[in-house]
Amino acid sequence: MSRPRSQADYLARLVPPSVAGLNRRSLLAGAAGAGALLGTGLLAGCGSDSDSGGGSKTVSVGSNASDPTPKDVLAKLAAGFQSSSGVQVNINTVDHNTFQENINNYLQGKPDDVFTWFAGYRMRFFAAKGLTGDVSDVWGKLTGFSDAFKKASTGDDGKQYFVPASYYPWAVFYRKSVWQQHGYQVPTTLDDLTTLAGQMKKDGLIPIAFADKDGWPAMGTFDILNLRINGYQFHVDLMAGKEAWTSDKVKKVFDTWAGLLPLHQPDALGRTWQEAAQSLQQKKSGMYLLGLFVAQQFNDNEQDDIDFFTFPEIDSTIGAKALDAPIDGYMMARKPKSEANAKKLLDYIGGVDAANIMVKGDPGTLVANSGGDTSGYTALKKKAAELVGSATEIAQFLDRDTRPDFASTVIIPAFQQFIKNPKDISGLLTSIENQKKSIFTS
Amino acid sequence: MSDLPLIQADRAVPPPAATTTTSGRRRRLRLLSRTDRVVITLMVLVPMLLVVGLVWLPALATVLLSGTNWDGIGPFSEIDWVGLKNYDDVVNIYPPFVPAIQNNLLWLAALFVVATPFGMFLAVLLDKELRGSRFYQTALYLPVVLSLALIGFVWQLIYSRDQGLLNALLGTQTDWYGDPHVNIWAVLVAAGWRHVGYIMLLYLAGLKGVDPSLREAAAVDGSSEASTFFRVVFPVMRPINIIVLVVTVIESLRAFDLVWVINKGRNGLELISALVTANVVGEASRIGFGSALATIMLVVSLVFITLYLATVMREGRR
Repeated sequence: MSRPRSQADYLARLVPPSVAGLNRRSLLAGAAGAGALLGTGLLAGCGSDSDSGGGSKTVSVGSNASDPTPKDVLAKLAAGFQSSSGVQVNINTVDHNTFQENINNYLQGKPDDVFTWFAGYRMRFFAAKGLTGDVSDVWGKLTGFSDAFKKASTGDDGKQYFVPASYYPWAVFYRKSVWQQHGYQVPTTLDDLTTLAGQMKKDGLIPIAFADKDGWPAMGTFDILNLRINGYQFHVDLMAGKEAWTSDKVKKVFDTWAGLLPLHQPDALGRTWQEAAQSLQQKKSGMYLLGLFVAQQFNDNEQDDIDFFTFPEIDSTIGAKALDAPIDGYMMARKPKSEANAKKLLDYIGGVDAANIMVKGDPGTLVANSGGDTSGYTALKKKAAELVGSATEIAQFLDRDTRPDFASTVIIPAFQQFIKNPKDISGLLTSIENQKKSIFTS
Repeated sequence: MSDLPLIQADRAVPPPAATTTTSGRRRRLRLLSRTDRVVITLMVLVPMLLVVGLVWLPALATVLLSGTNWDGIGPFSEIDWVGLKNYDDVVNIYPPFVPAIQNNLLWLAALFVVATPFGMFLAVLLDKELRGSRFYQTALYLPVVLSLALIGFVWQLIYSRDQGLLNALLGTQTDWYGDPHVNIWAVLVAAGWRHVGYIMLLYLAGLKGVDPSLREAAAVDGSSEASTFFRVVFPVMRPINIIVLVVTVIESLRAFDLVWVINKGRNGLELISALVTANVVGEASRIGFGSALATIMLVVSLVFITLYLATVMREGRR
């Protein structure tokens, strides 16, 4: 190795041969090339936005259906719409939770013409803020939806802003084999339920499986007790911040809940709903108040063994006809690139053909349109559909029926506090009410 | 300034004859070529813009937003100024706030009193070149390589009440993650497990750099192992000690991922950082309220930063 003659020579030798061939200029060119590649990649990503602007032959859909089954169903819906109308559908799928968490920015930016969302307070809130489009004329053409679905799709101004697609009810689930073995009967009043639970305890079962590590499952318990004790309208007003949490009505809900807590699975705050559902599946628990998705935790050959009943009546003047049944569906952006196409698509999604595609494609959901061919339903799903069909009012679940900031930063910690210490109800309710006032007035 | 010409002096443009009559100050500037000046300006400007744009402006915006009730929707012109209401709410009607402060302090204390000294102790042991010390080193450092989110998942498998390893082995029914009196300690074990490895590696690197002749001299003078460490090695390691201290404080202030993975920082696992995230990020969008929490966190951090800077500057002056 010869001695380097100058400092520049010396430095040049330090460069490994693999890189030595590149001088600064070619590096820059490479960087520019890579940049161009990235740029086109990004542009291609946004392509659906920019392309669909010109012609009226496309419509874009923002989708939170990131799981394989729902994603596949949406693709089939898009294909069906394309063949019937000739309009091409571009689907932009985003991870489910990410979509939900970014919804504020998404709607204020350049949203897709049509996007997936849920019925409830949040839907009405966006509608009131003018962030979504009025689809009342689509509703004029839709058939097969019960009044409850129409009510759930209506904004504060009486116009419709939402087209329902699927839903699932909340109910008390149990295993038929366990109940047959012990000869249990479906309870029709709260007293029946308490007696039954007491019997289960004697039989060595955990009467009511329970989990609240994630914070939201307890909302289901509160909701159903509130619906049974105070009725649907009070639920809506309470969620809208119009009723006081310190009122005797709310206190009664918590008192009833406190009475039932000893019958629930202990140490709920460390348990996920999956673990609680498995205790039901393993025949360790007698029943479990949850959504229809509890069936995911059962094996295929156990699906027929699952049964449910709606939460029993507490006040005979209120009855037991209302329930939580969150509805998933579609909304339209405030300024879609092609309003005609967007409405055509919503019309198609709300129609019978689309309902049939959904029934076939996704065994996990119930279709909102009663015109859909439901002969492919399992016995469990048929019963669930009947339950919701006979419901007088459908609530959307606490965190969909109220402000998300109130539900996640106030209600979840408060309910967990209650489960920890069910004794100090009035102190807890005062704390909720103080925070509610601060949040709802802002 | 006198050493400025040393920067690439060989490439500096020689001053033209005509300018030799100008003042000395000008001449010195001229010694830097125009390219050099552009490069230096860019090297100062670009990082400064980045720091101002990515650190100072957001921090300032956070403080400003903490005086509003913005919910993340609508133009800035619609933001209402609510003064100190958010701070009032945080302190007076927000139940998770006080536990969050307590937990942050507890976190700091646990890392400082238990995990850090234990990590240092392990480093001293490993420095003795025991048999298989490489293996221990790797095993202890492994948790640091894993992300805290993954650690949260690993410990979930151990701590789960119904299906976890710990309850199965002990035959107990302790609700490790759900019982608010227990879960903070369970999480601290998980966080400490990771922290110990980190500190061990840092300290081991420092110990390897200590001049062996110091120990020999101490041994010749008849000093015991313990007093050699505390009277000779420990004082020599002062720079590393400060780094370890700073790392411990930073780790406890930014503690977040683990509790977020476990239960989003609720029910006994409240931490300021988790509360900020719960309020600002996601659908909740209580931007103003969350900013107030973030500002409080900033102030707490500033206390430690000031202490640290004061110490370091005093060092530098000595």
